[in-house]
Amino acid sequence: MISLKYEAPSSLGDAIALLARASGTSRVLAGGTDVIVQMETDLIEPDLVVDIKKIPELREIAMENGGFRVGAAVTGMELTHHQAFCNAWPGVVDGVKLIGSMQIKGRATMGGNLCNASPAADSVPALIAAGAIARVAGPDGTRDVPVEGIAIGPGKTSLRKGEIVVSFLLPPRPPHSGDAYLRMTPRTEMDIAVVGVGVNVTLDADGVCTAARVSLGAVAPTVLLVEEAGAALAGTRLDGPALERLAQAAAAACRPIDDKRGTREYRIKVAGVLARRAAALALERARQHQ
Amino acid sequence: MSRKYHVATTVNGDEYEYLCEPQQTLLDILRDELMLTGTKEGCGTGDCGACTVMVDGTMICSCLMLAVEADGRKVETIEGMAKGEELHPLQRSFLELNGSQCGICTPGILIAAKALLDRNPDPTETEVRYWLAGNLCRCTGYDKIIRSVLAAAREMRGA
Repeated sequence: MISLKYEAPSSLGDAIALLARASGTSRVLAGGTDVIVQMETDLIEPDLVVDIKKIPELREIAMENGGFRVGAAVTGMELTHHQAFCNAWPGVVDGVKLIGSMQIKGRATMGGNLCNASPAADSVPALIAAGAIARVAGPDGTRDVPVEGIAIGPGKTSLRKGEIVVSFLLPPRPPHSGDAYLRMTPRTEMDIAVVGVGVNVTLDADGVCTAARVSLGAVAPTVLLVEEAGAALAGTRLDGPALERLAQAAAAACRPIDDKRGTREYRIKVAGVLARRAAALALERARQHQ
Repeated sequence: MSRKYHVATTVNGDEYEYLCEPQQTLLDILRDELMLTGTKEGCGTGDCGACTVMVDGTMICSCLMLAVEADGRKVETIEGMAKGEELHPLQRSFLELNGSQCGICTPGILIAAKALLDRNPDPTETEVRYWLAGNLCRCTGYDKIIRSVLAAAREMRGA
Protein backbone atom coordinates (compact mmCIF):
# COMPACT_ATOMS: atom_id res chain seq x y z
CA MET A 1 0.00 0.00 0.00
CA ILE A 2 1.33 3.35 -1.03
CA SER A 3 1.62 5.92 1.72
CA LEU A 4 3.20 8.93 0.15
CA LYS A 5 3.58 12.37 1.67
CA TYR A 6 4.03 15.52 -0.43
CA GLU A 7 5.60 18.65 1.03
CA ALA A 8 6.33 21.95 -0.69
CA PRO A 9 8.26 24.08 1.79
CA SER A 10 8.99 27.71 0.99
CA SER A 11 12.36 27.81 2.72
CA LEU A 12 15.57 25.89 2.14
CA GLY A 13 15.93 25.21 5.86
CA ASP A 14 12.51 23.56 6.01
CA ALA A 15 13.26 21.42 2.93
CA ILE A 16 16.55 20.23 4.43
CA ALA A 17 14.90 19.47 7.79
CA LEU A 18 12.16 17.43 6.10
CA LEU A 19 14.67 15.38 4.11
CA ALA A 20 17.12 15.01 6.99
CA ARG A 21 14.59 13.58 9.44
CA ALA A 22 12.70 11.43 6.89
CA SER A 23 12.73 7.70 7.39
CA GLY A 24 12.25 5.48 4.38
CA THR A 25 12.71 6.63 0.81
CA SER A 26 12.51 10.31 0.01
CA ARG A 27 12.92 12.20 -3.23
CA VAL A 28 13.45 15.82 -4.12
CA LEU A 29 10.94 16.98 -6.74
CA ALA A 30 12.12 19.69 -9.11
CA GLY A 31 10.72 19.39 -12.65
CA GLY A 32 9.63 15.82 -12.04
CA THR A 33 10.49 14.66 -15.55
CA ASP A 34 12.59 11.84 -14.12
CA VAL A 35 11.16 11.38 -10.59
CA ILE A 36 7.50 11.18 -11.68
CA VAL A 37 8.37 8.73 -14.47
CA GLN A 38 10.22 6.58 -11.91
CA MET A 39 7.19 6.71 -9.62
CA GLU A 40 4.73 5.94 -12.42
CA THR A 41 6.76 2.96 -13.61
CA ASP A 42 7.26 1.68 -10.02
CA LEU A 43 11.04 2.03 -10.21
CA ILE A 44 10.80 3.94 -6.93
CA GLU A 45 8.13 4.04 -4.24
CA PRO A 46 9.01 7.07 -2.15
CA ASP A 47 7.44 7.75 1.25
CA LEU A 48 8.18 11.47 0.97
CA VAL A 49 8.42 13.85 -1.97
CA VAL A 50 9.78 17.32 -1.23
CA ASP A 51 8.87 19.83 -3.94
CA ILE A 52 11.61 22.47 -3.96
CA LYS A 53 10.07 24.85 -6.50
CA LYS A 54 8.64 27.22 -3.88
CA ILE A 55 12.10 27.99 -2.47
CA PRO A 56 13.15 31.38 -3.92
CA GLU A 57 16.92 30.78 -4.20
CA LEU A 58 16.33 27.66 -6.30
CA ARG A 59 14.30 29.61 -8.86
CA GLU A 60 16.52 32.63 -9.58
CA ILE A 61 19.05 33.56 -12.25
CA ALA A 62 21.32 36.31 -10.91
CA MET A 63 24.71 37.89 -11.56
CA GLU A 64 27.29 37.14 -8.88
CA ASN A 65 30.83 38.58 -9.00
CA GLY A 66 30.69 38.82 -12.78
CA GLY A 67 29.39 35.26 -13.20
CA PHE A 68 25.93 33.74 -13.22
CA ARG A 69 24.24 31.97 -10.35
CA VAL A 70 21.46 29.77 -11.67
CA GLY A 71 18.97 28.18 -9.28
CA ALA A 72 18.86 24.40 -9.51
CA ALA A 73 15.09 24.44 -10.13
CA VAL A 74 15.13 27.00 -12.94
CA THR A 75 13.43 25.28 -15.89
CA GLY A 76 15.05 24.69 -19.24
CA MET A 77 12.53 27.03 -20.88
CA GLU A 78 13.35 29.83 -18.42
CA LEU A 79 17.09 29.41 -18.95
CA THR A 80 16.88 29.32 -22.74
CA HIS A 81 14.87 32.57 -22.67
CA HIS A 82 17.45 34.39 -20.53
CA GLN A 83 19.27 36.36 -23.22
CA ALA A 84 22.33 37.38 -21.18
CA PHE A 85 22.90 33.81 -20.05
CA CYS A 86 22.48 32.51 -23.61
CA ASN A 87 25.07 35.04 -24.84
CA ALA A 88 27.59 34.06 -22.16
CA TRP A 89 27.14 30.27 -22.23
CA PRO A 90 25.74 29.12 -25.59
CA GLY A 91 27.19 25.65 -25.06
CA VAL A 92 25.38 25.14 -21.76
CA VAL A 93 22.19 26.33 -23.47
CA ASP A 94 22.84 23.90 -26.37
CA GLY A 95 22.86 21.10 -23.81
CA VAL A 96 19.70 22.28 -22.04
CA LYS A 97 17.88 22.64 -25.38
CA LEU A 98 18.49 18.94 -26.07
CA ILE A 99 16.73 17.79 -22.88
CA GLY A 100 13.50 16.29 -24.24
CA SER A 101 10.67 18.09 -25.97
CA MET A 102 9.42 21.65 -25.47
CA GLN A 103 6.92 20.19 -22.97
CA ILE A 104 9.74 18.52 -21.02
CA LYS A 105 11.82 21.72 -21.05
CA GLY A 106 8.83 23.53 -19.56
CA ARG A 107 9.47 21.50 -16.41
CA ALA A 108 12.96 19.98 -16.53
CA THR A 109 15.78 21.61 -14.56
CA MET A 110 19.60 21.48 -14.59
CA GLY A 111 19.56 20.49 -10.94
CA GLY A 112 17.39 17.50 -11.73
CA ASN A 113 19.40 16.61 -14.81
CA LEU A 114 22.54 16.50 -12.61
CA CYS A 115 21.02 14.72 -9.61
CA ASN A 116 19.29 12.06 -11.73
CA ALA A 117 22.93 11.09 -12.36
CA SER A 118 22.47 9.66 -15.84
CA PRO A 119 25.81 9.42 -17.64
CA ALA A 120 23.95 10.65 -20.75
CA ALA A 121 22.49 13.82 -19.11
CA ASP A 122 22.71 16.49 -21.80
CA SER A 123 23.30 19.58 -19.66
CA VAL A 124 26.05 18.07 -17.53
CA PRO A 125 29.05 17.87 -19.95
CA ALA A 126 28.63 21.56 -20.83
CA LEU A 127 28.34 22.51 -17.13
CA ILE A 128 31.51 20.56 -16.33
CA ALA A 129 33.35 22.11 -19.30
CA ALA A 130 32.16 25.52 -18.08
CA GLY A 131 33.77 24.88 -14.68
CA ALA A 132 30.39 25.26 -12.98
CA ILE A 133 30.27 24.86 -9.20
CA ALA A 134 27.22 23.33 -7.53
CA ARG A 135 26.16 24.84 -4.20
CA VAL A 136 24.96 22.07 -1.94
CA ALA A 137 23.02 22.81 1.25
CA GLY A 138 22.34 20.26 3.96
CA PRO A 139 21.95 19.69 7.70
CA ASP A 140 25.67 20.39 8.25
CA GLY A 141 25.69 23.64 6.29
CA THR A 142 26.60 24.65 2.79
CA ARG A 143 29.41 23.37 0.58
CA ASP A 144 30.51 24.20 -2.95
CA VAL A 145 31.25 21.19 -5.14
CA PRO A 146 32.49 21.13 -8.75
CA VAL A 147 29.70 19.69 -10.91
CA GLU A 148 31.89 16.69 -11.78
CA GLY A 149 31.90 15.80 -8.06
CA ILE A 150 28.14 15.20 -7.78
CA ALA A 151 27.41 12.02 -9.77
CA ILE A 152 29.36 8.95 -8.68
CA GLY A 153 27.65 6.31 -10.82
CA PRO A 154 24.48 5.76 -12.82
CA GLY A 155 21.64 7.06 -10.61
CA LYS A 156 23.99 7.66 -7.67
CA THR A 157 25.26 10.96 -6.25
CA SER A 158 27.69 12.05 -3.57
CA LEU A 159 24.90 14.01 -1.84
CA ARG A 160 24.43 13.05 1.82
CA LYS A 161 21.11 12.61 3.56
CA GLY A 162 19.22 15.88 3.67
CA GLU A 163 21.43 17.61 1.09
CA ILE A 164 20.00 19.53 -1.87
CA VAL A 165 21.72 21.09 -4.88
CA VAL A 166 20.62 24.72 -4.54
CA SER A 167 22.29 26.47 -7.48
CA PHE A 168 25.12 26.52 -9.98
CA LEU A 169 27.77 29.22 -10.20
CA LEU A 170 29.14 29.77 -13.68
CA PRO A 171 32.37 31.74 -13.50
CA PRO A 172 32.94 35.17 -15.08
CA ARG A 173 33.62 34.99 -18.81
CA PRO A 174 36.97 36.45 -19.98
CA PRO A 175 36.95 38.05 -23.47
CA HIS A 176 37.33 35.59 -26.38
CA SER A 177 35.66 32.69 -24.61
CA GLY A 178 33.34 30.18 -26.21
CA ASP A 179 31.71 26.89 -25.36
CA ALA A 180 29.80 24.20 -27.22
CA TYR A 181 27.97 20.95 -26.59
CA LEU A 182 27.33 18.38 -29.29
CA ARG A 183 25.78 14.99 -28.95
CA MET A 184 25.40 11.99 -31.23
CA THR A 185 21.89 10.51 -31.48
CA PRO A 186 20.28 8.51 -34.29
CA ARG A 187 17.37 10.99 -34.28
CA THR A 188 17.65 14.78 -34.21
CA GLU A 189 15.20 15.23 -31.30
CA MET A 190 13.70 13.24 -28.43
CA ASP A 191 16.62 10.87 -28.02
CA ILE A 192 19.29 9.94 -25.48
CA ALA A 193 22.94 10.74 -26.16
CA VAL A 194 25.12 7.93 -27.51
CA VAL A 195 28.01 10.31 -26.92
CA GLY A 196 27.96 13.92 -25.71
CA VAL A 197 30.90 16.34 -25.69
CA GLY A 198 31.22 19.72 -23.98
CA VAL A 199 34.15 22.00 -24.82
CA ASN A 200 34.94 25.40 -23.31
CA VAL A 201 37.89 27.52 -24.47
CA THR A 202 39.34 30.95 -23.77
CA LEU A 203 41.75 32.61 -26.25
CA ASP A 204 44.21 35.47 -25.76
CA ALA A 205 44.21 38.55 -28.01
CA ASP A 206 46.39 36.69 -30.55
CA GLY A 207 44.01 33.74 -30.76
CA VAL A 208 46.10 31.34 -28.68
CA CYS A 209 44.11 29.13 -26.31
CA THR A 210 44.88 30.01 -22.70
CA ALA A 211 42.42 27.65 -21.02
CA ALA A 212 40.34 24.70 -22.17
CA ARG A 213 38.07 22.19 -20.50
CA VAL A 214 36.59 19.13 -22.17
CA SER A 215 33.88 16.86 -20.80
CA LEU A 216 32.43 13.64 -22.21
CA GLY A 217 28.98 12.18 -21.60
CA ALA A 218 27.57 8.67 -22.17
CA VAL A 219 30.99 7.00 -22.45
CA ALA A 220 31.54 6.04 -18.79
CA PRO A 221 29.46 5.43 -15.62
CA THR A 222 29.52 9.20 -14.98
CA VAL A 223 30.05 12.27 -17.14
CA LEU A 224 33.84 12.71 -17.36
CA LEU A 225 36.08 15.75 -17.07
CA VAL A 226 38.95 14.85 -19.43
CA GLU A 227 41.93 16.94 -18.36
CA GLU A 228 44.24 15.47 -21.03
CA ALA A 229 41.82 16.60 -23.72
CA GLY A 230 41.78 20.16 -22.36
CA ALA A 231 45.58 20.10 -22.12
CA ALA A 232 45.78 19.11 -25.80
CA LEU A 233 44.19 22.47 -26.69
CA ALA A 234 45.87 24.81 -24.19
CA GLY A 235 48.72 26.81 -25.75
CA THR A 236 47.58 26.05 -29.32
CA ARG A 237 45.49 27.83 -31.94
CA LEU A 238 43.23 24.79 -32.12
CA ASP A 239 44.90 23.88 -35.40
CA GLY A 240 44.85 20.45 -37.05
CA PRO A 241 47.49 18.72 -34.89
CA ALA A 242 45.94 20.09 -31.67
CA LEU A 243 42.49 18.86 -32.67
CA GLU A 244 44.01 15.46 -33.50
CA ARG A 245 45.59 15.27 -30.03
CA LEU A 246 42.24 16.34 -28.55
CA ALA A 247 40.43 13.55 -30.43
CA GLN A 248 42.97 10.97 -29.27
CA ALA A 249 42.76 12.12 -25.65
CA ALA A 250 38.96 12.05 -25.76
CA ALA A 251 38.86 8.55 -27.25
CA ALA A 252 41.45 7.32 -24.73
CA ALA A 253 39.29 8.48 -21.79
CA CYS A 254 36.20 6.51 -22.88
CA ARG A 255 35.10 3.49 -20.86
CA PRO A 256 31.73 2.95 -22.52
CA ILE A 257 29.21 0.18 -22.36
CA ASP A 258 27.84 -1.75 -25.34
CA ASP A 259 24.11 -1.30 -25.61
CA LYS A 260 21.30 -0.92 -28.10
CA ARG A 261 22.15 2.72 -28.67
CA GLY A 262 25.80 2.18 -29.56
CA THR A 263 28.63 -0.32 -29.37
CA ARG A 264 31.75 0.34 -27.34
CA GLU A 265 33.88 0.79 -30.48
CA TYR A 266 31.37 3.17 -32.04
CA ARG A 267 31.14 5.35 -28.94
CA ILE A 268 34.93 5.62 -28.68
CA LYS A 269 35.26 6.56 -32.34
CA VAL A 270 32.43 9.11 -32.16
CA ALA A 271 33.83 10.69 -28.98
CA GLY A 272 36.96 11.74 -30.87
CA VAL A 273 35.03 13.03 -33.87
CA LEU A 274 32.53 14.99 -31.76
CA ALA A 275 35.27 16.45 -29.54
CA ARG A 276 36.92 17.86 -32.63
CA ARG A 277 33.65 19.34 -33.94
CA ALA A 278 32.67 20.77 -30.55
CA ALA A 279 36.11 22.37 -30.22
CA ALA A 280 35.74 23.96 -33.67
CA LEU A 281 32.35 25.41 -32.70
CA ALA A 282 33.67 26.64 -29.34
CA LEU A 283 36.60 28.27 -31.20
CA GLU A 284 34.26 30.03 -33.63
CA ARG A 285 32.19 31.36 -30.72
CA ALA A 286 35.32 32.44 -28.81
CA ARG A 287 36.51 34.45 -31.83
CA GLN A 288 33.16 36.29 -31.97
CA HIS A 289 32.98 36.84 -28.19
CA GLN A 290 34.07 40.26 -26.96
CA MET B 1 -3.67 5.14 2.22
CA SER B 2 -1.96 8.40 1.53
CA ARG B 3 -3.57 11.48 2.93
CA LYS B 4 -5.59 13.61 0.51
CA TYR B 5 -4.55 17.09 -0.49
CA HIS B 6 -6.95 19.94 -1.16
CA VAL B 7 -6.17 21.82 -4.36
CA ALA B 8 -7.74 25.00 -5.73
CA THR B 9 -6.92 25.73 -9.33
CA THR B 10 -8.22 27.46 -12.44
CA VAL B 11 -8.92 25.39 -15.53
CA ASN B 12 -9.89 27.24 -18.73
CA GLY B 13 -10.86 30.24 -16.61
CA ASP B 14 -13.16 28.28 -14.28
CA GLU B 15 -12.26 27.77 -10.65
CA TYR B 16 -12.08 24.18 -9.49
CA GLU B 17 -11.36 22.53 -6.18
CA TYR B 18 -10.47 18.88 -5.79
CA LEU B 19 -9.01 16.39 -3.37
CA CYS B 20 -6.12 14.30 -4.68
CA GLU B 21 -3.62 11.78 -3.49
CA PRO B 22 0.00 12.86 -3.83
CA GLN B 23 0.91 10.28 -6.47
CA GLN B 24 -1.98 11.29 -8.75
CA THR B 25 -0.95 13.28 -11.79
CA LEU B 26 -2.64 16.38 -13.15
CA LEU B 27 -3.70 14.20 -16.09
CA ASP B 28 -5.45 11.74 -13.73
CA ILE B 29 -7.42 14.55 -12.13
CA LEU B 30 -8.30 16.35 -15.36
CA ARG B 31 -9.73 13.17 -16.84
CA ASP B 32 -11.12 11.27 -13.87
CA GLU B 33 -12.21 14.02 -11.43
CA LEU B 34 -12.93 17.06 -13.57
CA MET B 35 -14.16 14.90 -16.48
CA LEU B 36 -12.13 16.96 -18.94
CA THR B 37 -11.34 13.97 -21.15
CA GLY B 38 -10.14 15.96 -24.15
CA THR B 39 -6.62 15.63 -22.74
CA LYS B 40 -5.39 12.13 -23.61
CA GLU B 41 -3.02 9.68 -22.01
CA GLY B 42 -0.61 8.10 -24.47
CA CYS B 43 2.60 6.88 -22.89
CA GLY B 44 2.32 8.26 -19.35
CA THR B 45 6.08 8.94 -19.34
CA GLY B 46 6.39 12.29 -21.13
CA ASP B 47 7.47 10.92 -24.49
CA CYS B 48 4.34 11.32 -26.63
CA GLY B 49 2.81 14.72 -25.81
CA ALA B 50 -0.82 13.51 -26.01
CA CYS B 51 -1.44 14.97 -22.53
CA THR B 52 -0.02 18.42 -23.34
CA VAL B 53 -1.66 21.29 -21.43
CA MET B 54 -0.63 24.82 -20.53
CA VAL B 55 0.18 25.63 -16.91
CA ASP B 56 0.71 29.34 -16.17
CA GLY B 57 1.44 29.87 -19.86
CA THR B 58 4.04 27.09 -20.19
CA MET B 59 3.27 23.91 -22.07
CA ILE B 60 3.91 20.72 -20.19
CA CYS B 61 3.01 17.05 -20.16
CA SER B 62 0.20 16.72 -17.62
CA CYS B 63 1.27 13.11 -16.97
CA LEU B 64 4.52 14.50 -15.53
CA MET B 65 3.02 16.96 -13.09
CA LEU B 66 1.51 15.92 -9.79
CA ALA B 67 -2.07 17.08 -9.33
CA VAL B 68 -1.12 18.61 -5.98
CA GLU B 69 1.38 20.88 -7.77
CA ALA B 70 -1.48 22.57 -9.65
CA ASP B 71 -2.63 24.40 -6.49
CA GLY B 72 -2.98 28.10 -7.29
CA ARG B 73 -1.96 27.64 -10.93
CA LYS B 74 -3.75 28.42 -14.19
CA VAL B 75 -4.34 25.34 -16.33
CA GLU B 76 -5.53 25.49 -19.95
CA THR B 77 -6.73 22.39 -21.79
CA ILE B 78 -8.18 21.64 -25.22
CA GLU B 79 -11.69 22.21 -23.84
CA GLY B 80 -10.88 25.91 -23.56
CA MET B 81 -9.62 26.37 -27.12
CA ALA B 82 -12.90 26.98 -28.97
CA LYS B 83 -14.90 30.07 -28.00
CA GLY B 84 -18.29 28.44 -27.49
CA GLU B 85 -19.36 27.16 -30.90
CA GLU B 86 -16.59 29.05 -32.69
CA LEU B 87 -13.56 26.89 -33.36
CA HIS B 88 -10.03 28.23 -33.09
CA PRO B 89 -8.39 28.72 -36.53
CA LEU B 90 -6.08 25.79 -35.74
CA GLN B 91 -9.05 23.52 -35.06
CA ARG B 92 -10.73 24.61 -38.32
CA SER B 93 -7.53 24.08 -40.23
CA PHE B 94 -7.08 20.55 -38.83
CA LEU B 95 -10.66 19.75 -39.89
CA GLU B 96 -10.29 21.19 -43.38
CA LEU B 97 -6.90 19.66 -44.15
CA ASN B 98 -7.43 16.32 -42.37
CA GLY B 99 -4.72 17.09 -39.82
CA SER B 100 -6.44 14.62 -37.52
CA GLN B 101 -6.62 10.90 -38.27
CA CYS B 102 -7.46 8.69 -35.27
CA GLY B 103 -7.49 11.85 -33.17
CA ILE B 104 -5.69 10.70 -30.03
CA CYS B 105 -2.69 12.96 -30.57
CA THR B 106 -4.77 15.90 -31.84
CA PRO B 107 -5.65 17.73 -28.58
CA GLY B 108 -2.00 17.74 -27.49
CA ILE B 109 -0.86 18.87 -30.91
CA LEU B 110 -3.42 21.68 -31.00
CA ILE B 111 -2.31 22.94 -27.58
CA ALA B 112 1.36 22.76 -28.61
CA ALA B 113 0.73 24.39 -31.99
CA LYS B 114 -1.21 27.24 -30.36
CA ALA B 115 1.67 27.78 -27.93
CA LEU B 116 4.01 28.05 -30.92
CA LEU B 117 1.81 30.48 -32.90
CA ASP B 118 1.21 32.63 -29.81
CA ARG B 119 4.95 33.27 -29.63
CA ASN B 120 5.85 33.00 -33.31
CA PRO B 121 3.02 33.84 -35.72
CA ASP B 122 5.14 33.06 -38.80
CA PRO B 123 7.13 29.86 -38.16
CA THR B 124 8.95 28.00 -40.91
CA GLU B 125 8.06 24.39 -41.62
CA THR B 126 11.29 23.34 -39.88
CA GLU B 127 10.38 25.38 -36.80
CA VAL B 128 6.96 23.73 -36.66
CA ARG B 129 8.49 20.27 -36.98
CA TYR B 130 11.03 20.89 -34.19
CA TRP B 131 8.46 22.52 -31.91
CA LEU B 132 6.13 19.52 -32.32
CA ALA B 133 8.93 16.94 -31.90
CA GLY B 134 7.46 16.00 -28.52
CA ASN B 135 4.03 15.21 -29.98
CA LEU B 136 3.91 11.77 -31.53
CA CYS B 137 1.28 10.72 -34.07
CA ARG B 138 1.18 6.94 -34.48
CA CYS B 139 -1.02 7.21 -37.57
CA THR B 140 2.11 9.08 -38.81
CA GLY B 141 0.09 11.78 -40.50
CA TYR B 142 2.78 14.34 -39.80
CA ASP B 143 2.70 15.97 -43.20
CA LYS B 144 -0.96 16.94 -42.89
CA ILE B 145 -0.42 18.06 -39.30
CA ILE B 146 2.39 20.40 -40.32
CA ARG B 147 0.37 21.74 -43.28
CA SER B 148 -2.62 22.36 -41.01
CA VAL B 149 -0.48 24.36 -38.57
CA LEU B 150 1.11 26.42 -41.34
CA ALA B 151 -2.29 27.12 -42.94
CA ALA B 152 -3.73 28.24 -39.60
CA ALA B 153 -0.71 30.48 -39.07
CA ARG B 154 -1.30 32.09 -42.47
CA GLU B 155 -4.97 32.66 -41.69
CA MET B 156 -4.22 34.11 -38.25
CA ARG B 157 -1.69 36.51 -39.77
CA GLY B 158 -4.37 37.60 -42.25
CA ALA B 159 -2.04 36.62 -45.06
